[in-house]
Amino acid sequence: MLHVSPNAATTGIAKGEVLLSVENVSLRFGGVKAISDVSFDIRKGEVRAIIGPNGAGKTSMLNCINGFYFPQEGHITYKGVRRQKVRPHEAASSGIARTFQNVALFKGMTTLDNIMTGRTLKMHTGLFWQLLRHGPAMREEIEHRRKVEDIIDFLEIQAIRKIPVGKLPYGLQKRVELGRALAVNQTFGTTIALIEHDMGVVMDLSDRVVVLEYGRKIADGTPDVVKADQKVIDAYLGVAH
Amino acid sequence: MFYRETGQFKTNYADDMAIFPIRQDRIGIAIIIAIALILPFMVSDFVLKTILLPFLALSVAVIGLNILTGYTGLISLGSAGFMGVGAYACYKLTTLFPEVNIIIWIFASGFFAAAVGVFFGLPSLRIKGLYLAVATLAAQFFLQWAFVRIPWLFNYNPSGAIEVPLRTLFGMPITGPTAELEVKYLICLGFVIGMTWLASNLVHGRIGRSWMAVRDMDIAAELMGIKLLNAKLMAFAVSSFFCGVSGALFVFLYLGGAEAGTEFAIRLSFLILFAVIIGGTGSMIGSFFGTAFIVALPTILKFGAPAIGIAITGATAEKIVLMIIGALTIYLLIVEPHGLARLWQIMKQKLRVWPFPY
Ligand SMILES: Nc1ncnc2c1ncn2[C@@H]1O[C@H](COP(=O)(O)OP(=O)(O)OP(=O)(O)O)[C@@H](O)[C@H]1O
Ligand SMILES: [Mg+2]
Repeated sequence: MLHVSPNAATTGIAKGEVLLSVENVSLRFGGVKAISDVSFDIRKGEVRAIIGPNGAGKTSMLNCINGFYFPQEGHITYKGVRRQKVRPHEAASSGIARTFQNVALFKGMTTLDNIMTGRTLKMHTGLFWQLLRHGPAMREEIEHRRKVEDIIDFLEIQAIRKIPVGKLPYGLQKRVELGRALAVNQTFGTTIALIEHDMGVVMDLSDRVVVLEYGRKIADGTPDVVKADQKVIDAYLGVAH
Repeated sequence: MFYRETGQFKTNYADDMAIFPIRQDRIGIAIIIAIALILPFMVSDFVLKTILLPFLALSVAVIGLNILTGYTGLISLGSAGFMGVGAYACYKLTTLFPEVNIIIWIFASGFFAAAVGVFFGLPSLRIKGLYLAVATLAAQFFLQWAFVRIPWLFNYNPSGAIEVPLRTLFGMPITGPTAELEVKYLICLGFVIGMTWLASNLVHGRIGRSWMAVRDMDIAAELMGIKLLNAKLMAFAVSSFFCGVSGALFVFLYLGGAEAGTEFAIRLSFLILFAVIIGGTGSMIGSFFGTAFIVALPTILKFGAPAIGIAITGATAEKIVLMIIGALTIYLLIVEPHGLARLWQIMKQKLRVWPFPY
């Protein structure tokens, strides 16, 4: 369903160097063990999904990666450097984007504007030129619009460019959200997609998938491998949809 | 098929990113501006004075509040107060430095309002919704108090009011009692066109997107690298700047003199907020619809109803106006948050396919 377009050649599926690794991470909330001894890595330029049934620990894991939470055990290494506590907007500049479990798009904005927002950190022209929308401001806008259009082509969402995302069905919203996450990085960088009930959407978009259940990792691999894994099938069958 | 985009292919992003990418829209804007330029010579002085001048002056404040409330999602009940800051700043500036042209001072007075706006916008970092409304209400009352209690602001004038002095442009009076209404109108129109252009530029670029992102989901906005502090204070600054310029226009070109303590009262703050809601939050064109509504309705009721034989007193008309505006605001808040601008869009959508709807 998702064709790899020429400009996605940089995606280098599962071949890039390791950008971020999660090593034996455990996270507890009081007596609740949200994550137990989970390890996996994220390579440069891949779309990585974390899925799992309710309460599996997906949100907690993402929050560790983003710096919202700090794990009690294990650590997270980013570009070979162990991560200290970070602030959310610093996490955005570190080259890791995330999508939310429940779609967290800017509902009143168009697809284009949502994805353009992902470019915010790379845009620097100040208020003066923005007011005039000429010169450096316009050049910058066009430069980033080009990158965003590449992402739009890659995700095949050209037709919904100018539609407010609040009016789109769930699957498309998820796609826009992924587009916004991709836009955060200069190239087709690392993205963590996170989906719960809708396994189909993840499978379409991701290069590799981690499956969690009760805070533990039960599978890790390409969508085809994961889909066929008996433990994953059991975990998903055991959950009311 | 009067209005359509078919056959107009964009060959580069700059064209597609133009604020009016459709040719008919651009022609439409040109026609509206052309009509606006000849309008003062077609209508009576009464219409000019009671409808057109206040419409132009107030529309700048409505755009300003729309930036804050419609685009950034922050409510403010201090708009009239910020307008007052602009009016007094302009008065002080032009009496202290009369040799500088008044047009420059009207624009510059926006900076004073912006500074005051940023100060009173600080609480928005911590509070939202109703609490922010109350905080800005406090700003409104404080400013109103200052306008009455600090006589330096009105140059110790015993009447406590601003008396707009005569100021000229190329030898022609543009403010003060001897200035022609048509001239005042054209100056106002120039400001409205210029300020609207600046505002549309801003909301279509990076800063505008970060405002809307903060409005729609502030946590996600932060994860995109948007600093909430900067985005919100910038919105307060720009919004108050617009209110300040509007206030200066209101007193210098429309009223010709004012006791700002009474003119820039809470009632006006509410009317501006209602205009934003009625016109459509987050819409430039809606700001004009909303302003037209709040400015024209009282006059139409007060003078139109007796003209067709319905006897109502001015005071009754005033009350009916507030009831209509209030009811419409509540209705739109619940049913159609995009206000009159939405109706406009639907109409354009229909025209796009007319006369072949299928
Ligand atoms: N802030 C918290 N305080 C206490 N317990 C928490 C907290 N956040 C998560 N938990 C617990 O940790 C476990 C993992 O939760 P988490 O939200 O990470 O799962 P999830 O996979 O995102 O689930 P869902 O699919 O329902 O969103 C759950 O048992 C949950 O109750
Ligand atoms: Mg969750």
